[in-house]
Amino acid sequence: MKHSLPDGLRELLAHAATAGHANWRTLLRPGDWLLLALAALLVAASYPLLWRGGTADRAIVKRDGQVVTELALNVARKYAVTGAIGTTLIEVQPGRARVVSDPGPRQYCVQQGWLTRANAVAICAPNHVTLQLAGRGGRNEAYDTLNY
Amino acid sequence: MTPSTIELPVTADDYRIARYAAAAIALTVAEAALPSPLPGIKPGLANIIVLVVLARYGWRDAAWVSLLRVVAGSLVIGQFLAPGFFLALSGALCSLAVLALAQHLPPRFFGPVSASVLAAFAHIGGQIALARVWLVPHDGVFYLVPLFATTALVFGAINGLVAARLLAISVDIPVAAPAAPKGAS
Repeated sequence: MKHSLPDGLRELLAHAATAGHANWRTLLRPGDWLLLALAALLVAASYPLLWRGGTADRAIVKRDGQVVTELALNVARKYAVTGAIGTTLIEVQPGRARVVSDPGPRQYCVQQGWLTRANAVAICAPNHVTLQLAGRGGRNEAYDTLNY
Repeated sequence: MTPSTIELPVTADDYRIARYAAAAIALTVAEAALPSPLPGIKPGLANIIVLVVLARYGWRDAAWVSLLRVVAGSLVIGQFLAPGFFLALSGALCSLAVLALAQHLPPRFFGPVSASVLAAFAHIGGQIALARVWLVPHDGVFYLVPLFATTALVFGAINGLVAARLLAISVDIPVAAPAAPKGAS
């Protein structure tokens, strides 16, 4: 069995087992350090670059499927929409939006609380009003809604 | 009718490549048993063998070992022609392409660790590119890039250090040009 191992590799492993612990740092050359540092920078930069895509930058309010208004998510404000059975009050704060009050009997869209991700949606069905967040670039438009 | 015998001459090169490939396949199989938090995140230990072969015998041998490892390794773990096989193949081809360039880096400044990290990034690059084009045709796959890149950096550095250590030891062992053993073992 021993003889079926590669000659070079067998010797290598035999030596590795007996050679004791070398200083790991001697195995790295100057360029290796440079490349590792560059790679670490790139990896660190990839997190904010690629994980920002899910953030929303505007809220879209619709009544009966028709867009009533688009609110930018950078200023705090409130907006009232009159729907089929009353008035739905929507609140926008930097980076998030919610339905504050709604005349619907079960209050589902109010209880959903703050929406923060792009394509998140709160539907006040009895009042025919929806609040949806949209991200930059309008990606993921093939989906009606996404849940997190 | 006389039974015809086709004899393929087996050179010392063939034996050496087969042996290194066998070592790489063994590592692939051992690694397949490790639990992984996410498909695609694994140490890639077989690449240590590829790096050693690249440094000692050149790119051609490394390419043979790497591709034999992908094909035979997937046969052993039952992944041949499954999506994972094509991802591994795409990753291996990309990393071989990068290694072909990386071996021309000045050896005074760049050692096996650089080659390993570059190859690891090429590996995930190839896999994600194929996944985006074929398996998950949606930009959502790029959401995983930071995770894959982090593991590529960590495991690329570790594998490179192991390869560098094996190569540092091998300096005093002459490059083996063993006589082919009699009979298949």
